[in-house]
Amino acid sequence: MSTAMPETIPYDEALNLFEPVFGLEVHVEMGTNSKMFCGCPTAFGGEPNTQVCPVCLGLPGSMPVVNRTAVESTIRIGLALNCTIAEWCRFARKNYFYPDMPKDYQISQYDEPLCSNGYLDVTVATAEGPKVVRVEIERVHMEEDTGKLTHTGGATGRIHGADYSLVDYNRAGIPLIEIVTKPVAGAGHLVADVAKAYVAELRDLMRALGVSDVRMEEGSLRCDVNLSLNKPGSPMGTRSETKNVNSLRSVERAVRSEVERQSALLTAGGRVVQETRHFHEDIGRSTSGRSKEQAEDYRYFPEPDLVPIAPSAVWIDELRSTLPELPSAKRSRLEAEWGITPFELATVVNAGALDLVEETIEAGVESAAARKWWTGELLRSANDQGIELADLPVTPAHIARVEALVADGSLNDKLARQVFEGVIAGEGDVDEVIASRGLAVVSDDTALLAAIDEALVAQPDVAEKIRSGKVQAAGAIVGAVMKSTRGQADAAKVRALLLERLGVTDA
Amino acid sequence: MTAITRAEVAHLATLARLDLTETELDHYAQQLDVILQSVARVSEIATADIPATSHPLPLENVFRDDIARPCLDRAEVLAAAPAHEDDRFRVPRILDEEV
Amino acid sequence: MPITGSDLTRQTAAVLAEAIRTGEASAVEVTQAHLDRISSVDDRVHAFLYVDAEAAIDSARSVDAKRSAGEVLGPLAGVPLALKDVLTMRGVPTTCGSRMLENWRPPYDSSVVERLRAADIVILGKTNMDEFAMGSSTEHSAYGPSHNPWDLDRIPGGSGGGSAAALAAFEAPLAIGTDTGGSIRQPAAVTGTVGVKPTYGGVPRYGLVALASSLDQAGPCARTVMDTALLHSIIAGYDPRDSTSINAPVPNVVAAAAKADVRGMRIGIVAELNGEGYQAGVAQRFRESLAILEHLGAEIVEVGCPSFEYALGAYYLILPSEASSNLARFDGMRYGLRVGDDGSHSVEQVMSLTREAGFGAEVKRRIMLGTYALSSGYYDAYYGSAQKVRTLIMRDFASAFESVDVLVSPTAPTTAFKIGEKVDDPLAMYLNDIATIPVNLAGNAAMSLPVGLAPEDGLPVGFQIMAPPMADDRLYLVGAALESALYDQWGHLLIEEAPAL
Ligand SMILES: [Mg+2]
Ligand SMILES: [Zn+2]
Repeated sequence: MSTAMPETIPYDEALNLFEPVFGLEVHVEMGTNSKMFCGCPTAFGGEPNTQVCPVCLGLPGSMPVVNRTAVESTIRIGLALNCTIAEWCRFARKNYFYPDMPKDYQISQYDEPLCSNGYLDVTVATAEGPKVVRVEIERVHMEEDTGKLTHTGGATGRIHGADYSLVDYNRAGIPLIEIVTKPVAGAGHLVADVAKAYVAELRDLMRALGVSDVRMEEGSLRCDVNLSLNKPGSPMGTRSETKNVNSLRSVERAVRSEVERQSALLTAGGRVVQETRHFHEDIGRSTSGRSKEQAEDYRYFPEPDLVPIAPSAVWIDELRSTLPELPSAKRSRLEAEWGITPFELATVVNAGALDLVEETIEAGVESAAARKWWTGELLRSANDQGIELADLPVTPAHIARVEALVADGSLNDKLARQVFEGVIAGEGDVDEVIASRGLAVVSDDTALLAAIDEALVAQPDVAEKIRSGKVQAAGAIVGAVMKSTRGQADAAKVRALLLERLGVTDA
Repeated sequence: MTAITRAEVAHLATLARLDLTETELDHYAQQLDVILQSVARVSEIATADIPATSHPLPLENVFRDDIARPCLDRAEVLAAAPAHEDDRFRVPRILDEEV
Repeated sequence: MPITGSDLTRQTAAVLAEAIRTGEASAVEVTQAHLDRISSVDDRVHAFLYVDAEAAIDSARSVDAKRSAGEVLGPLAGVPLALKDVLTMRGVPTTCGSRMLENWRPPYDSSVVERLRAADIVILGKTNMDEFAMGSSTEHSAYGPSHNPWDLDRIPGGSGGGSAAALAAFEAPLAIGTDTGGSIRQPAAVTGTVGVKPTYGGVPRYGLVALASSLDQAGPCARTVMDTALLHSIIAGYDPRDSTSINAPVPNVVAAAAKADVRGMRIGIVAELNGEGYQAGVAQRFRESLAILEHLGAEIVEVGCPSFEYALGAYYLILPSEASSNLARFDGMRYGLRVGDDGSHSVEQVMSLTREAGFGAEVKRRIMLGTYALSSGYYDAYYGSAQKVRTLIMRDFASAFESVDVLVSPTAPTTAFKIGEKVDDPLAMYLNDIATIPVNLAGNAAMSLPVGLAPEDGLPVGFQIMAPPMADDRLYLVGAALESALYDQWGHLLIEEAPAL
């Protein structure tokens, strides 16, 4: 009997002992109107089996026809990732049986991907400041998604233990883009951050290109994480492949947990099995699956129902000319334009607020104010509701209006917050909320003076202090006035009126 | 070319999802061996310098426009299914790798 | 080229169409005559797996109505047709000769069926075939073999034996077949009928249940070259639903059939398809036909296609490979047969049990063969080499067509063999396709037409004409010229010598 070894070694400790190598296979559903090989719509959330036709149901006799936009999107992604675009390539069939796959083969690409050999630079924050890591891209190719299985009966609702399963083929045939990295070594303690930053960067890239809106909560971006550890100076270790990693947070957690698990295994003198592992979002860990020794033989061969793709140089140049400013270039530009640090920009990016802040600034709002609203109050509200910032009913125009009202003294910061609260609650636009909630700043001097007099009477000792020149005591009176006007007063104005009333000058 | 063994035939049957009987395994092992020996002659002239042909006609770049089209009627589709439930195809339990 | 007698079932499609257009006969009468013929002979021939008399009469009635309304009818409007059961037709059983699809009614029409409907052709029903088109005799049909009308103890060829038998038994003047390695031409040869495998990509495959996607091609079958041409021109042409469809005008096959002229043409005998292994009567009728063509003004030369001897091997690697993948979808999940779903079996087991029960011996054999040829470690030696042989065969054709306009050979090495004779000997069965296979590998067009009976057994002999891709019209030029000369020689079409049943 051996002594019990720990099942995991803490992340940082593990990475003091081992060097990690990771690779990512990312599948993204493209935002085309129709599926990869048929005209069925791709909209998410339709009634089961209503977005199907003979082709995507794999009915006998049906034949695929390639969606031009999917090819163009793939080429654009390839160009944005600095890839070589194949002069000639084919689709291949990947043969394996599974009930969510209508033809029992997936039309994919095998040894002739449309795009290959590119890279993506990602920036991670370190104690010493931002660090740029280059992630090399092995390939980018097109394929089709499978149907969706629901497991029924049994205790857990998972495959294991289910009595039977139900299949909805609406998702079958939706264009998928698969982006595969080369093995990334040398990230050390940053490995989890780099992996996560890479996926985040890819997501931003997809959105910038307009090829996918990458709604992770709908499963439109899915990652497989390969990870291995080796002793410094030793060759690459045996890798595991963790599937089902479907959020940015999970990418980080999948890497961390695998570093912790493999390092414990290796330290205990065990070996890492080349296997497929399944990541469970709920527990933040993966469990062992089928080992690769029993892996399927996919019997790839060129898809005979489709003809080769041979993009001309002219076509590629045309597509290149449609590339928008890419996220990394955009970030550099905005840092300069807005006069902010990479860290400050990262806050905006991480909040998913880049476009919103940009539009808000375009609407005439100061950079600092635009950032403050989107990454502060509004982000909290979105997080509370579990939605994206962009899905809030607040628009850049709303912020511009509020800021204008603050500038002319009609609103103060506290009231502005209440205005957004009202907009988010669906009470209408900025002016409607102000009207219905009665949120205007009290600017009537008579009313304010009355409130000031009231406060001076209530706090005679404070009044006396101010009169005697202790101007700093004014705050207590201003506070009382703000309270009595339910915050609807301009504090600076109250202060000025108060001092004037008492005949004291602001030293 | 190496002769095909009965074990290989059994493996192929698994890959191809055919629940072959013992008799069939014997039968196919023998027949496939004969057929393969005959067809294996192709390698005699398939030298490295000859390109492979996967498509009989030199067509390239055949695409469709990204336009959504009407779908099949669900009732008609499900009526052809061996089993369905809740508007979905019902399939037997899946023995998967998940634990 | 009228067939004698007034029996509506013994006319050509062209004659029937003309009669319907002029009102000499109604489409309903024509259809009813064929339905009656089916009722009286098909229990012995077994050409059909499914006949929908009601639907056929309905569509005939609509043709008559169009005529009454003064509409201009198409060239084959109202003419009955037998459809191979490998093409989908909405709401009509499509079994592919397999238990797997015994009760499957597709929710969509194949492109070919759409075009037949649009041309007002009356589809009588679905014809028997080797299961999933794998075979050369229809003995591999799950629903029992079809019988050759010339001798009911013999095979009508395969896989489209049902379509060919329907023509030879005068159950239909037109039929649709599909040809992956000879499944239109070899049945035509052994039943004394005409069949054309168009250029690959010439007729859309959408709705054709795939056997081997890079080889499959649907085509016209009839009893005369002109009828075949008329049907060809209706089903051929670009279809955006088939990525392998040729987007170019269809060669004018009807004009070629009408022209029937070989003067000045160079006709090449393929040396590798002319020699040993051919039945004496087959070789004799082939030689006689060459003499006729020469007499008609063609120049006959011999050309070598040295790679053809490897065609059979390449074919029996490529076909099973593609088929093993194409037939994977028959897993009992979405349509068709399901076996073993009793709550105790997993989905993997149910798939395996279903496929074991639903597929016949030949289908399983080829699936296993294809699975092997594609599996890792064997791919290069088998599938990869076969694809290279394909290149060589295409080169042979290309260089031959530099010096000749068409190539010719006997269609099949023998006349119709006895039912049961080769069914357990796959290699012997495969040899039936030795002369037809090269064309499928290269994507060319080819025709088989009857050129007489073999003296030793009194059974029909087929003559194969092969043309370059998209030169389908040359088949009809040569075929119609030869047919016309033979008609003059015999005073009738060969098919008229078929037994009355
Ligand atoms: Mg993939
Ligand atoms: Zn579809």
